[in-house]
Amino acid sequence: MCGIAGLIHRGKKSTVGSEMTQMLQALKHRGPDSTGYAVYGEAGGGLVMRLKIAEADDMDRGSGIYAELDRRIDAVDVIMEEHGVKVSKKEKVTDYAYRYEYNFTGDLGKLAEHVEEVEGAEILSIGKGLELIKDLGDAAVVSEAYGLKAFQGTHGIGHTRMATESDVDIRSAHPYWAFPYNDVSVVHNGQITNYWIMRRQMEKKGHRFTSNCDSELLAVYTAHNLSLGISLEDSLRQSIEEIDGVFTYLVATKDQLGMAKDTMAAKPLVLYESDKLIAMASEEVAIRAILPEEIDTSDPYDEEVRVWQA
Amino acid sequence: MASVTENELKSMTQEERVKALGMTSEQLTGRSMFMEFDPGETERFEYPWAPKVDFNKRTELDSENMTSTEVNNEIRKLMNEGYGTIVLKNPRGKHSLAVGILSKLNLIIEGSTGYFGVGLIDGPNVRINGRVGWSCGENMMSGTVLIEKNAGSTFGAAIRGGDLVCKGSVGSRTGIDMKGGTIIVGGDTGALSGFMMQRGRMIVCGNAGKNLGDSMYDGTIYVGGSIKSCGVDAVEAELTQVDKDWLKRKLNLYGLLPTKGVDHFTKVVAGKMLWNYDNLEPTEKKLIL
Repeated sequence: MCGIAGLIHRGKKSTVGSEMTQMLQALKHRGPDSTGYAVYGEAGGGLVMRLKIAEADDMDRGSGIYAELDRRIDAVDVIMEEHGVKVSKKEKVTDYAYRYEYNFTGDLGKLAEHVEEVEGAEILSIGKGLELIKDLGDAAVVSEAYGLKAFQGTHGIGHTRMATESDVDIRSAHPYWAFPYNDVSVVHNGQITNYWIMRRQMEKKGHRFTSNCDSELLAVYTAHNLSLGISLEDSLRQSIEEIDGVFTYLVATKDQLGMAKDTMAAKPLVLYESDKLIAMASEEVAIRAILPEEIDTSDPYDEEVRVWQA
Repeated sequence: MASVTENELKSMTQEERVKALGMTSEQLTGRSMFMEFDPGETERFEYPWAPKVDFNKRTELDSENMTSTEVNNEIRKLMNEGYGTIVLKNPRGKHSLAVGILSKLNLIIEGSTGYFGVGLIDGPNVRINGRVGWSCGENMMSGTVLIEKNAGSTFGAAIRGGDLVCKGSVGSRTGIDMKGGTIIVGGDTGALSGFMMQRGRMIVCGNAGKNLGDSMYDGTIYVGGSIKSCGVDAVEAELTQVDKDWLKRKLNLYGLLPTKGVDHFTKVVAGKMLWNYDNLEPTEKKLIL
């Protein structure tokens, strides 16, 4: 019973970070284990990379961990330099999470794979506008730790997780980045029952999986389809045919937000649409957290697919 | 244990027989909601413990900074003080609002509620000027619930009586497992509506999704628009004059009667009799409209 939420402002920027925090905090009762955000702003033309170099519980390992983390991030820097990446800004957000701003024109997939060869390193996202943040704790805690409240952007998706399919750790937290595609992220509520079959098919095609969480499949699946030149809307439609189970999921790209619901409509989603703002969440209470005035909301039906442009 | 002969068993009382056969006989005690009533009685829809309320006594309740439990307790408190008309303000999508009201009451909710709104009610008239989340009016026994906007999935799950009306569209699995009463939807309904329906009537003025009335035992579904597909056991039936009169009366009551009348409605019923629901105890008659 996870909670998902998404919103998109049409044609203008807003305090998406603070709005998403309010929405996800209202959904806390649907999943207390971890919280994640994928928010979209602008990073001044370059790429933004969000990276973690350890799991939250690695920090309890002992006094040697800080030296170890320093060694890991140095190794990441060496690899970045080898690929000719011009880092314009490097920020240490928490003990184990970093944010890089850089310019790079080479093969992003190869760079990402190489960086992840460093022990404990996992790239959470790379994108021109995407900032992907996920950690253990509720929405307010994560938002505070990563300084998300001041974030300005056009759209975002978020997730509060109740771990049912895999461990409580950052690697199994949502949103998932569609490796190695710029700016594509996925949040999901449900269970995918043909996960292993689909995962093996995707692995045969050369895609990487970092966790045993079934939701990661949706990110990999979307990335695969986008790499074939399939549009987001077609990919969402195709997923309803090919992926088995109960699910409602949201996909965000640089300028789009999409949703898909399974054939049974077994997982909830409440939708609010207006000319300026589109907001959706697992429960109405999340939408009301940012829109207290009287509004019209509705439930999408089974097999429904929608895509909105920013 | 020594063996007992058949003759000995026959001469024993039920309790002795149970003990002799080595079975435990537990006497269950507890409060039962089961009540006998006399059909001639005028005020038979009231529980003896129900508070005496006066519909002309009106009050407002602002729920903005209250939890669902606090709101529900406050409604009970106000009813015990004799308030018969309560206006609930700023519900802000809270879950489980106004559940378990077992007596007469006029309740007006100004805004939208979350999951399980007005569930398990027996008697009140509720008007909600917003949208309701999943499982609204679940297990309701009697009374009227009128929703001005849309409703979520499993609308009126397992309802047993009363009128549950949504003027907008509802989600999937509307009236799942319904055992009586009437569900009226002004707009469309999603997939698997009327799933495992056992009794009662459902009216959908708009379109119905796939697998309508899947595995239904009994009951009737009327659809004004198109039906994507009927489920297993559900078949179309002839719309009789009795149906038409009833549809007109019911829809007119809530201002949902289409201008072109009710002749275009499709009637869907169970294709095979899975259970005979006519052998009802007199006390159960209350549950059926």
